[in-house]
Amino acid sequence: MSDEVFETVRAGLAGQVQEAAVAHGILALTLEPASLGDAARRLKESFGFDMLLDVTAVDWPEREPRFDVVHHFYSTQHRVRVRVKTRVPESDPTVDTLVPLYGSARYMERECHEMYGIRFRGNEDLRPLLLYEGFVGHPLRKDYPKQQEQPLVPYRK
Amino acid sequence: MNATPAPHQPSAAFEYLTTKKDEFVGWARKFSLFPYPFVTACCAMEFMSVSSTLYDTDRFGAALPRFTPRQSDLLMVVGTVTHKQAPILLKVYEQMCEPKWVIAFGVCASSGGFYQNYAALQGIDKIIPVDLYIPGCPPRPEMVIDGIMKLQDRIARERHPIITKDF
Repeated sequence: MSDEVFETVRAGLAGQVQEAAVAHGILALTLEPASLGDAARRLKESFGFDMLLDVTAVDWPEREPRFDVVHHFYSTQHRVRVRVKTRVPESDPTVDTLVPLYGSARYMERECHEMYGIRFRGNEDLRPLLLYEGFVGHPLRKDYPKQQEQPLVPYRK
Repeated sequence: MNATPAPHQPSAAFEYLTTKKDEFVGWARKFSLFPYPFVTACCAMEFMSVSSTLYDTDRFGAALPRFTPRQSDLLMVVGTVTHKQAPILLKVYEQMCEPKWVIAFGVCASSGGFYQNYAALQGIDKIIPVDLYIPGCPPRPEMVIDGIMKLQDRIARERHPIITKDF
């Protein structure tokens, strides 16, 4: 059954999808950053993917463009997942926000922003969520030094 | 006619004890530890185990947790402390009255453990003085009891001079 849904999605988004593959039972699509908002709207309104599970990113330090922004969608009707990847460069790591479509994107985009430095165009509230005020840098980027500390309390001695 | 008081009759073989002041104070302190459990992570499970019936830290006078730092004299830091949480830990420590002791319970509180990353404080001794480190991930209850007994020995051996440098 999931194959039929995947085939419908793949055919419906054929103009926008750069790569498509089924990995671990999930349809993985790669899109242009500019078409993310439109593709998400069609996934939600035409194909029944009514739930946004996750917004995260992957850092490929040697690759250009450097970042994958990864969205996971779930259809409670078909019970299948779709993973959407968009590639953004380090110089302008910006994609459109999905907050108007999915309220759950609000916190996940905040987390993605503080951890990877991805900017979400249209999300005005990108304050740190897990990190503290004054934290410099994006700790889940591969070039963030593993043992760098930014203590809030002065150390003894 | 004046009644003379009856001569004193000793009621038992021992009427009084002699001891040294330092030993007496140390003995009193070591059996009245009031822990403040600063519990942040999975070591809490082992802390519950060591506090409850089977291992029972009450045998050492160290069972009754005081959930305000002002009434406690033993700070037990149980679990990982992050940089974001470090100011809270410092505030709790500063609110405790002297005399006070600190136990780093488990490897995360002692050294950061395997959390060598941007978030974790690499050992609480970076911000507050620690009297006793209990290693383990998590420590066995026997190790915690052994640690409490070592701390008690240390408290019992402390000196309390009457004449200090400020006197």
